[in-house]
Amino acid sequence: MKTNDLILQTVTKVAAFVIILFSISIFLGGHYSPGGGFVGGLMTSCAVVLLLLAYDLKTVAGLLPIDYKIMIACGLLISVSTVAGSWLFDAPLMTHAFSDFNFPVLGKTTLHTAVLFDLGVYLVVIGVTMTIIQTIGESE
Amino acid sequence: MNNIVFLPVLLPLITGVVLIFFAKKTGIQKGISLLSSLCGVAAALFLVQYISKTGIQALQVGSWKAPFGIVIVADMLAALLVLTTSLVGTAVLLYSFRGIGQEREKFYFYSIFQFLLVGVNGAFLTGDIFNLFVFFEVMLMASYVLLVLGGTKAQLQESLKYILVNVISSALFVITVAYLYSIVGTLNMADIGRRISEAGQPGILTVIAVLFLVVFGLKGAIFPLFYWLPGSYYAAPIPVLALFGALLTKVGIYSILRTYTLMFPHKQGYTHELLAILAILTIIVGVIGAIAYWDIKKIIIYNIVIAVGVIAFGISLMNQDGLSGSLFYLIHDMIIKAALFLLVGIMMKITGTSSLREMGGLIRIYPVLGWTFFLAAISLAGIPPFSGFAGKLLILQGAAEKGAFIGMAVVLVSSLLVLYSIIRIFIYGFWGKEKTYSPPSHIHVTKLLTPAILLVAVSILYGIGTEFVYPFIIQGTEPLLDPQIYIDAVLKEEG
Repeated sequence: MKTNDLILQTVTKVAAFVIILFSISIFLGGHYSPGGGFVGGLMTSCAVVLLLLAYDLKTVAGLLPIDYKIMIACGLLISVSTVAGSWLFDAPLMTHAFSDFNFPVLGKTTLHTAVLFDLGVYLVVIGVTMTIIQTIGESE
Repeated sequence: MNNIVFLPVLLPLITGVVLIFFAKKTGIQKGISLLSSLCGVAAALFLVQYISKTGIQALQVGSWKAPFGIVIVADMLAALLVLTTSLVGTAVLLYSFRGIGQEREKFYFYSIFQFLLVGVNGAFLTGDIFNLFVFFEVMLMASYVLLVLGGTKAQLQESLKYILVNVISSALFVITVAYLYSIVGTLNMADIGRRISEAGQPGILTVIAVLFLVVFGLKGAIFPLFYWLPGSYYAAPIPVLALFGALLTKVGIYSILRTYTLMFPHKQGYTHELLAILAILTIIVGVIGAIAYWDIKKIIIYNIVIAVGVIAFGISLMNQDGLSGSLFYLIHDMIIKAALFLLVGIMMKITGTSSLREMGGLIRIYPVLGWTFFLAAISLAGIPPFSGFAGKLLILQGAAEKGAFIGMAVVLVSSLLVLYSIIRIFIYGFWGKEKTYSPPSHIHVTKLLTPAILLVAVSILYGIGTEFVYPFIIQGTEPLLDPQIYIDAVLKEEG
C-alpha cells in the first residue's frame, strides 16, 4: 500500500518554520533569559530532523545544501577566533567586549562579542547533531 | 602580555579546525600540520626560556581575577612537559606521513591528532581542576577516535573496552570534583591548595585524595587499575600507539604529581604511603609482563607500566631528589617510549609480524635501525651516559634519604629486568640467523627511520646534557616542594 504523508508534510512546512524562528529567538535571548547557543542549536536541528521525518534524506539535502562537517569547522573557527581575537587588543585571551550602538530602526542596542562565541557554539551543535543523524540514517 | 602561555593549546586547536576544511587533500593537510608542529616546538622552547627568566606565568583567561576565572598556569614543570609533548608530536607526525596510510588520512586523522595535542597541552597548563577534567575529555575523545579509526576487528573490540573504562573513570572524576567543591567551595587549584592547608587536611579530604588517586590511576595505569592498557594499546596502529604510549598515561601521572604536591601534601603518612605501595606493585606487575611476552609490541607496552610505577614511586618520596628524579625520568620516558614504539613499528613493517620467535638477523640488512634500537634500549634501561640514568639515580637517592629501601631495591632490580626484556628484542630480532619474510625482505625504511633517529638523538643529548638540563628541573620542582610559590604566583593580585 502506498502511504500518504500529506497531513504530516503540510504541518511540517508550517511547524519547521516556526521552530526555526523560535530557536533563533532563544539563541539571541541567551544573555538575558534562559537559552543560548546550545539550546538554540539543538532546536534548529530539531526542525531539520522534523523535515527529515516528513520527507527523506535526499529531499532535505536538496532543500538545505549544507555540508554539516564544514559547518562544525566554521563554528569552531568563529569561536576560536573570538577567543584569539582579544590578543589583537592586547587583552588576555577570551576577554569579551561590548558597547552600545544606535541603529535607525532597532534603536539603542547593546552588542557583545560573547554572541559571536555563542554563534560558533550554535553552528557546532547543529553541525554535530545533523552529522550524527545523517550518517546513521545513510548507513545500511 | 603573557598570552604566550596559551599558545601551545591555541596553535594545535586552530590547526585542527583548519584541517577539517582540507579533509580530502592529504598533501595540504601534511604541510599545514608539519608547519604548525614546528611552530609549536618553537613556541614551547620560547616558553621554557621565558619562564626560566621570569618565573611562573599565570594567564587570567577573560581578564577575570584568579580564583573566579580560569587561570592558565605555566610553571617550569608544565613548560618542560609541553616542550616534550611538542617534540614527540612532531616526530610522530613525521612518522605518520609514511606510516598511517591514505584511508586513515582522508578521515580526519591529522585533525584528531592536533586535537589530542590540544588536550595534552591543555591538561599540563591549566590551573583549574574542572578545566583539567575538560582537557582530559578533549584528549580522551581524540584518543577514542584515533584508536578506532580504520575499523579493524581488534580495534573495534579494544576501543569498546577503552571507552568503557575511561567513561567510568571520567564519571568518577566528576564525582570527586563535586565532593571537593562541596568541601572547599572553589575549583581553582591554587585556591584549593590554600584552603586545604588552612584547614589542615581533615579526614574527608584524605578520602578525596585517595579518590583522585583512583581516577588518575585509571588514566595513568597504576597497579590495580592498569588492566585495560595492554589490550587497548595493542590494537592501535603504530603512530597512534607511539602517541598514546608517550603522552596519555603521562598526563595521569602529571595530575597525580600536581594534586599530591599542591593540594594534598599534609597527611603524607597515609596518602603518599599508599602511592608508594601501589607504585612498587605497578613496577612488579610491569616487569612480569615485560618478561613474559614474546611479542615486541607487548614488551614495550608493559615497559610503559614499569615507567609509570617508577615515576609514581619518585612522587611518593616527596623530597628534592625524589621529585626532580621523577621529573627527569618523566621527560626521558616520554621521548624514549615514542622512539621505541616507532622503531618497533619499523621492525614490524619489515618482518610483517610482531612475534620475536619469527624474526632474526635484521642487523645485516638494516644496521642503522639495529644500532638505533640498541641505543634506545640502553637509554631505556638507564646505562650511565644515556638519559634514563640521571632520573633513576635521583629517585634512588631520594629513596635512600627517606629510608625506603624496599622500593629502592625494586627499582634497581626492575632496571635490570627492563634491560633484559628489551635486549631480548635486540638479540632475537637483530642477531641470529636471517629469516625470510613473506613480503619482500628488503624494503626502504629511511623515511620512517628519520623521526625515530631524531627522538633517540634528542634522548642522547638529554642524557649527555644532564648538567645543562638540571637547573630547569630544579626550577620545575621548586613549586612542588613549596606549594606556596605556586599559590602566590596565581593569587598574587589578591592582597
